Amino acid sequence: MQSELTLTLEPIDEAAWLARRAMGREMGAAVCFSGVVRGTEGGGAIAALEYEAFERMARHQIELLFRRVEERWPVQSVRVAHRLGRVGAGETALWVEVIAPHRREAFAACQFIIDEMKRAVPIWKKPLTFCL
Amino acid sequence: MGTVQIRVYFFSRGRELAGCAEAVESMPPGSCVKELLEKLFRRFPKLAELRKSLRVAVGLDYQGGDCVLKDGDEVSILPPTQGG
Repeated sequence: MQSELTLTLEPIDEAAWLARRAMGREMGAAVCFSGVVRGTEGGGAIAALEYEAFERMARHQIELLFRRVEERWPVQSVRVAHRLGRVGAGETALWVEVIAPHRREAFAACQFIIDEMKRAVPIWKKPLTFCL
Repeated sequence: MGTVQIRVYFFSRGRELAGCAEAVESMPPGSCVKELLEKLFRRFPKLAELRKSLRVAVGLDYQGGDCVLKDGDEVSILPPTQGG
C-alpha cells in the first residue's frame, strides 16, 4: 500500500492533491474526505481553530494507522493531510483520500482513518473567538 | 541505587494546567507510569483535572499505568485528542 502524510502550517490545496491522484488499472473507488472548520463552536461564532500536535508522535501514530489499514483492506493508497496552527473557519483542517478496488473497502477504510485520527493521534484544537 | 531521571512533556490543556511545557522528575528505580502521575499531581495539583481523561506516552507509544520507567525516558502527558 502506498501512503503519504503531510502535517502542515500551510493551507491544504485540495485541487493540487487531486491533480496528483494516480489510480491503478484495477482500482475502481476513490473516497475523499474534507474536514472543514465550522464557524461555530458550542453555539457561539468562532474565527478559527488553533491546532497543536505532538508532531513526532502524531506521525508515528498515523504510520501505525496506515499499517492497520493495509492489514485489513485491499487498499492501493492512502493520503492524509492535516493542518496545524491557526485554521480559519471554512478552511480544510483534515483531508483524507483512500483508493481501493471497490467502494465498500474505500469507504470503510476512510471512516476508520478519520475515527482513529480523532482517537489516537495527539492533535488538539482550541477555538479562537471574536472580540466583542 | 540512585534514581531514574524522567523528562515530562505537557501539551494543550495539560500545559495550561501544569503552567509549563516540560519538567524533570527523579523517581526510584522500578517506578511505573502511575507512580509518576501521582507525583505530578502532587507537584501540579491543577493537572488532576485531567486525572480521568489523560493518556500517557513513553517515547512515541501509548503506555498504561504499569509501564516501568527507565532512566532517560521521555513521558508525554496527553489530554484527550481532538484531531480532524
